[in-house]
Amino acid sequence: MNTAAFIVIAILTLAAALAAATLQKLMHAALSFAVTFVGIAAFFFLLGAEFVGLVQVFVYIGAVAVLIVFTILLTRRDVEKDRGFNWSGVVIAIAVFGGLICAIFKTQSVSVAAPAIPALTVKRIGEVLMTNYVWPLQCVGLLLTAALIGALILVMEEKG
Amino acid sequence: MTLTLQLFLIVSTALFCIGLLAALSRRHAIFILIGIEMMLAAANLNFIAFWRFSLDPHQPTGVMIAIFSIAIAAAEAAVGLALVISVYRHYRTTNVDELDQLKG
Repeated sequence: MNTAAFIVIAILTLAAALAAATLQKLMHAALSFAVTFVGIAAFFFLLGAEFVGLVQVFVYIGAVAVLIVFTILLTRRDVEKDRGFNWSGVVIAIAVFGGLICAIFKTQSVSVAAPAIPALTVKRIGEVLMTNYVWPLQCVGLLLTAALIGALILVMEEKG
Repeated sequence: MTLTLQLFLIVSTALFCIGLLAALSRRHAIFILIGIEMMLAAANLNFIAFWRFSLDPHQPTGVMIAIFSIAIAAAEAAVGLALVISVYRHYRTTNVDELDQLKG
């Protein structure tokens, strides 16, 4: 694994995430949110899970980010900025970050280098999905159907 | 400098805390959803990092968890945004501070 690639992707992802969390204009925040997911997909490629990286690009950037942009366009008012910023959220986020970093540095078993692994093929993912994980697959199908119907009912206009 | 698991965990922790920041300190409903999606993505990164550095990578458990988590996050984003649109239609606002009708 390439250290330079890791540093570049980490800087891109965290900078885009900070921009998405703190920008005032909604559209700019939504677009830098999409760039964050590009960075995370790049991390997945770096870690050897290419299929998940592509699924991430399709689902998160292609569907979720576009959905968020559409919702911003549909719920626009005259001023599209976000008024009000709660500063206690910053304190809590920094506290959680500090706590988790302490826990990471105190754990000995996570300071390991990457073992050499065989490449994870889509064939292997397909095999596992159809044998070990067939019930979660059916449940996720059911959940997606329920979410689809639910979302439609929520935004349907009532007659009369 | 070799890449250890610690570095990946630090990046995913930072991403999670930035998502937490967005979810806690913004007053617009869509920003809160953006924060929640970022937290889910950070957890996915965590799972894949642990899978990569594990001793038995022939079991793609972390990868499968991440795939299902992406599907569930997409479903939840769709329903959440439908809720935001529906609330906007009734109350003409997306500021969560103004939605306090159920407040005791």
